[in-house]
Amino acid sequence: MAEQEPSPGLLHAIQQFSEEASPIDFVLILEHWPLFLEGIWHTMVLVALALVVGGIISIPLAVIRANRTPILNPIVFGYVYVFRGTPLLVQLYLIYYGASQFEIIRDSFMWPILRDAWWCTIIAFVLNTAAYTTEIFRGAIEAVPHGEVEAAKSCGMSPNTINRRVVLPNALRRALPAYSNEVIFMLHGSVVASTVTIVDILGAGRILNSKYYLAYEGFIAAAILYMILVYFITRGFKVWEKHWHAHLRPREV
Amino acid sequence: METVIAYMPSILSGTWVTVMVSLCSVLLAVLLGLLGAWAKLSGSKVAGGVAAAYTTLIRGVPDLVLMLLLFYGGQQALNDLGEATGWWGYVEISQFTAGVFTIGFVFGAYMTETFRGAYLAIPRGQVEAAVACGMAPKLVFSRVVWPQLVRFALPSFGNNWLVLLKATALVSVLGLHELVWEAFTAGRSTRQLFTFFFVTLLIYLVLTAISDLGLRWLDRKYSAGVRRA
Repeated sequence: MAEQEPSPGLLHAIQQFSEEASPIDFVLILEHWPLFLEGIWHTMVLVALALVVGGIISIPLAVIRANRTPILNPIVFGYVYVFRGTPLLVQLYLIYYGASQFEIIRDSFMWPILRDAWWCTIIAFVLNTAAYTTEIFRGAIEAVPHGEVEAAKSCGMSPNTINRRVVLPNALRRALPAYSNEVIFMLHGSVVASTVTIVDILGAGRILNSKYYLAYEGFIAAAILYMILVYFITRGFKVWEKHWHAHLRPREV
Repeated sequence: METVIAYMPSILSGTWVTVMVSLCSVLLAVLLGLLGAWAKLSGSKVAGGVAAAYTTLIRGVPDLVLMLLLFYGGQQALNDLGEATGWWGYVEISQFTAGVFTIGFVFGAYMTETFRGAYLAIPRGQVEAAVACGMAPKLVFSRVVWPQLVRFALPSFGNNWLVLLKATALVSVLGLHELVWEAFTAGRSTRQLFTFFFVTLLIYLVLTAISDLGLRWLDRKYSAGVRRA
């Protein structure tokens, strides 16, 4: 039997229903799937890049904070205080719009980077998430039982080896639940990228809305896409936690 | 420096709007939070389900998306409804209202968890003891439950407040003349955007510092009689 095509009458009826009767025009959203796919891609790349780079930066900063390293500790404290105490939107604006105020920057090799919305957003996101992650990791490092560090010391480990072999593996593992929140906050925070012309998920929604002069469609599509992403992140962390915290779970009888 | 002083009145009026948006939204958030916590603790399946859906929705959707949806979509929905039923004419949601309602709605979800956790931290025996002393339910609430609810909720409330204060910057995207918007306007007309956003940064830090002091004062007041280890 030949494959049956959906009758043109049915397609037409769906389209007509979507445009006229249904409160939101879902066919229009589905027709623009490449736009939203681009948005998802940009959001995911931005958030993932910021988290990876920010996470790598935050580990030494957290060690400095936890060990109260002289000179460096107040500097790191100041950085963390400023970036946690001010809105991400203002941080992004300061870098994106603010950099052009200075001629030195405009004339320097940095200008091609600081002129570009994409790079500015990455820089702002990295600095922001590194500050929050530093605090999370610092708390986790300070929660490592002192006896473990003493035991390592009495085995003759150097401070660096203790950090690498005992303190950090333990602390990073403990930080996982708090870190999963930071990942979700970063995803939520990433919507400000759409205010500096980047087509992230919300940016895609805004383009759709302004193109057809709509009030909800783009935003509802964006909201649903963000919810799906959050769902997968939460699920992912549950699996990861199960794997990493296997030794902490109560034993099954 | 002189340009900053020249624009100080508009920056300060923006700061005032930011503070007002924050205070109005935190009030709404606390009300929604108490309601949500009550719904989750009530044991009723319907109320608990609604509260669970509410907190899941908020955890899933970024605040700016909800804000734009309410500001543009909510307005159209209200007008469509008004036109269809003939109950009201053309209404316009102001940026201030949209901002306060969205931020209040979003943080109400976080406050729900704050108050639920705080209520569960109150030892059950104390309520039983109060009932055994013959206190009426209202008296039990006002003398035993409420003071401790505030005490246990304060640390998490403080965190939420600081996050909320920063979230109000997003209302500038709707065009409300708050701190960020005023700084943007001043910076663009003087071509000194860095200077003005730097001032904005400092003002947010001052607001955070003042909040810290206030929260510490509240903490001292509500933990009178608590012995710390």
